[in-house]
Amino acid sequence: MPKIIVEVMPKEVLLDPAGKSVMNALHRKGHSASKKSDITAVRIGKRIELHFDREITDKDLADAREIGESFLSNGVIEDVVKISSEN
Amino acid sequence: MGLFGKKKIASGVDTTTEAANTPDKVQPYAALGLKDDEYARIREILGRRPSSSELAMYSVMWSEHCSYKSSKIYLRQFGEKVTPEMNKNLMVGMGENAGVVDIGEGWAVTFKVESHNHPSYIEPFQGAATGVGGIVRDILTMGARPIAVMDQLRFGEPSNPDTARVVHGVVDGISFYGNCLGLPNIGGETVFDKVYQGNPLVNALSVGALRHEDLKLAKASNPGDLVILFGARTGADGIGGVSVLASETFDSTGPAKRPAVQVGDPFAEKVLIECCLELYAAQVVAGIQDLGGAGISCATSELASNGGAGMRVQLQDVLKRDESLTPEEILMSESQERMMGIVPKKDFKKFKAIVDKWEVEFSVIGEVIAEDRLYINWGHEEIVNVPPRTVAHDGPVYERPVAFPSYQDALNNDSVHAHGLFRQNDNASELAAQLVQIVSSPNQADKGYITNQYDRYVGGNTALAQPDDSGMIRVSEETGLGISLATDANGRYCYLDPYQGARLALAEAYRNVAVSGATPVAVTNCLNFGSPENPEVMWQFKQATAGLADGCLELGIPVTGGNVSFYNQTGDVAIHPTPVVGVLGVIDDVARRIPSGWQDAGHNIYLLGTTKDELDGSVWSEVVHSHLGGRPPVVDLAYEKQLAEALNAASEQGLLASAHDLSEAGLAQAVVESVLRFGMGARIWLDEIQQRDGVDRTCALFSESTGRVLVSVGREDDVKFVGLCEARGIPVLRIGVTDNSGELEIQDVATWQLNDLRGAHEATLPELFG
Repeated sequence: MPKIIVEVMPKEVLLDPAGKSVMNALHRKGHSASKKSDITAVRIGKRIELHFDREITDKDLADAREIGESFLSNGVIEDVVKISSEN
Repeated sequence: MGLFGKKKIASGVDTTTEAANTPDKVQPYAALGLKDDEYARIREILGRRPSSSELAMYSVMWSEHCSYKSSKIYLRQFGEKVTPEMNKNLMVGMGENAGVVDIGEGWAVTFKVESHNHPSYIEPFQGAATGVGGIVRDILTMGARPIAVMDQLRFGEPSNPDTARVVHGVVDGISFYGNCLGLPNIGGETVFDKVYQGNPLVNALSVGALRHEDLKLAKASNPGDLVILFGARTGADGIGGVSVLASETFDSTGPAKRPAVQVGDPFAEKVLIECCLELYAAQVVAGIQDLGGAGISCATSELASNGGAGMRVQLQDVLKRDESLTPEEILMSESQERMMGIVPKKDFKKFKAIVDKWEVEFSVIGEVIAEDRLYINWGHEEIVNVPPRTVAHDGPVYERPVAFPSYQDALNNDSVHAHGLFRQNDNASELAAQLVQIVSSPNQADKGYITNQYDRYVGGNTALAQPDDSGMIRVSEETGLGISLATDANGRYCYLDPYQGARLALAEAYRNVAVSGATPVAVTNCLNFGSPENPEVMWQFKQATAGLADGCLELGIPVTGGNVSFYNQTGDVAIHPTPVVGVLGVIDDVARRIPSGWQDAGHNIYLLGTTKDELDGSVWSEVVHSHLGGRPPVVDLAYEKQLAEALNAASEQGLLASAHDLSEAGLAQAVVESVLRFGMGARIWLDEIQQRDGVDRTCALFSESTGRVLVSVGREDDVKFVGLCEARGIPVLRIGVTDNSGELEIQDVATWQLNDLRGAHEATLPELFG
C-alpha cells in the first residue's frame, strides 16, 4: 500500500526524558550490545504513516510536510525531520 | 544540524579584559530587555562595559520576573504592616525561596504559590508541568519534604477553540508531573473568562513539611566550601531570550533561535527530592538553592549575596547536555531538575556517596571565597567579575506612575440596580431556571472532570481535597497534626475594586480554611496583573497590595512570601487584576476535620451570617445577565475572625456534621453542592432570611455577601450549637433540614430530583472538553 512516512523528533537541544531513561537503562543493565558500543545518547521520536490507495505525488509529499508541521508535531518542542514515501 | 559533538573552543568569548579594552563595543542590551539607564548603571557598577556573560546575568536578574523592580515598593508593606504577635510563629519570612511557619510539635510547614503563565500559553503541557516542578523545588530548597500541590487555573472562554488546547495541555501537564512525583493535588481553582483568552493564568502551589532542625537556607558563607551543581545536565532550555547574545558569538550558520520552553522530567525530580532529603539528613550541605528562572546566574549570585561572601566558578565544569552551549547560554539556561549545593570540603566524600547512590550526576564548579565578589571563568579566561549583591539584590527599583483608571467611576456606577437588571422574584419557575443555569455554567459546574485527572490521595495523608472548601493534609502520623490550605481570587471583584477584591479573596480563603475546622495562620500570594508600565494597571496593583496587607493585619496572620506576575494581557488589554491569595491553617488532629456536604438525614441546616443586597460582580450578574459593574460585596474581617473562632469552637465540641462556605453564586450554589456531595436530600426555606435581612428571593438565593457559612447539625446538638453562636455574636438561622427524599426542595421556588441536578452540575465540563 502506498504510504507517506512522517518522522518527528524532539528538538535536538531540548531534554528528551524518555531517551535519557533508555540510555541510562542501557548502561545500568549492561546490555551486551551497548557495553562495547559507542552509543552516547538515545533520542526517541515518532513515526507516522499516512496511507493512500493510489500513487503518491509530489503534492502529497508537500501536503504531508504541511500536515506534519502544523498538526502531527508540536513545533514548539518537536521537529519534522524526514518525509518519505513507500509505494 | 552539524552542531553536536563539535566542541566550542574557548577563544572568541567576550572576557572581562576584552570588555575593559573595548569600551565602545555596541551591546544588544535593549534586545535583552534592559533600559538605557539600567545599562548605564551596570557600566557604573563595573567601571567598564559588561562582558557579554555579565550582560546576560544582569539582564535576566534585573528582569521584572527576577528583580520585582516595579512591585518591590508595594511588597514591603507585607513586612511592615505586622505585629510581633503575627510573626511569632514565622520561622522564615518573605525574601527566601518560601516562607516557613512553625505549626507546633516540632514541625514546620513551608508553602508558596508561583505563576507559570506565559510558558503555559506557548506550550501548555510542558509549561504547566515545569510550573509544578519549579514550585516543588522551591519547597525542597527550604529543607522540607514536599507533601502536596494545588493549582490555580484561569482560561479563556470555553467556546473559543483555542481554550481546549490550553485546558487539555495544562491539565495533562499538571497531572503528568504531579502524579509521577507522587504528590497529591488537593485543590485549587478553575475559572473561565474571556479576559484570560490570550493569557491564561497557571499558578502552582506546593506545601512541604519539615522538622524545625532541618530548616535550610540558600546561602554560601564559609570560604573554602565547594559549589556543586547536581541533578540534570544543563541544556539549551528556556533561553530563547539570550539568542541575541548567541547570535553574536555563533557564526551566521548557527541555530537561529533557541527554544523558549523547558521540558520537565518528573522522575528525575523525584530522585532529586529523595537525594536532597538524604543529603539534609546527613548534614552535608551548608546551603542549597534550586535552579529555576535565570538558572546558574541566579543561584550563584543569590547564594553568595545571601551569605555575604563570594564565589569562584569554572563554567566549563558544568555538565552539559549539548557541548555547543556558549557561556552566556549556560549562565541563563533554565534546564529543569537542577540544584546547587554548598558543601564543606570535609563532607564531600559523604556528599558524593549519597548522590552516587541515587545516580544523580554532579560536578564541582567552584568554591566559596571570603571576598564578596563573583568570579566566573571559562577555561583560563575570566568572563564574569561582579559584586554578587548588585546582581541578586540591588537591582533597579521603580516607582512607576499610578493613575486612577478613566473607566473606573463609570464602572462602579453601573451597578445591578442602576443597570435595571430584571428580577424574577415572583416567578418561581424563572428563579428555578436561573439556579440551574448558574450551577451548570462552566465556572460553577463540578470541576471533577479536571480534578479527577489528578491524584488526590497518593501518600495516604489527604484528609480533605476537592470538592471540599480546602485541602487538608496530615503532617504527623503519630498525633494527627495537619494543615489545611485554600486559595482564592475573584478577578471580577478586583476589577470593580482592587482594594476590596484582594480583601475578599483573603476573606474567602480564610473562611475556606476555617470551615474545615483548622485555624488560619499564614498567607501566601500570587499577584497576576497586566503591564506595570500602564499606570492604570499599577493603580490596581497598588490598591490590591494595600488591601491584602491591611487585611492580613486585621486578621492577624502574616504574609510569608509570594510571587508577582506582570504583563498578563491579551493584545493591549490587561487581564482582570487577579491576586491569588492562599491561606494556610493548622489543625491539631485531622480526624476532627469538618466535612463539606450533608451525610445524614434529619439534621438541621443553619445559615450563619446575614444576607445583603449584594449582586454586583456576582455570578448571577455574569451568567444570567452578562453584566459586570457596581461595587463588590463589603468585607468585615473582624467578623470573619469571630466566625472562624466560632466554627473552631463548635468543631472542637464536635457539634458540626458539616460546614460549607458561601461565596460565588451564594446560597444556591452552596445548597446544591451540599446535597450533591453525598446524595442527601434537603428541604430549604428562604422566607425567614428574607424577613430577617430584608432582601428579596433573588438576593436570598444568589447574593454573594461575605461572612456566611452553611452548616448542618444533629438534632441532639441543636441547643448547644445555637447557644454557642449567639454567645459569640454570630447571626444564626435555621433554614432547612436534610432528608432521604432524593430531592432538593427550595420552598416556593422548585423541587428537583438530585439526579437531575447532578446531571446539570456535572455534565458541563465533560461536554465542553471531554
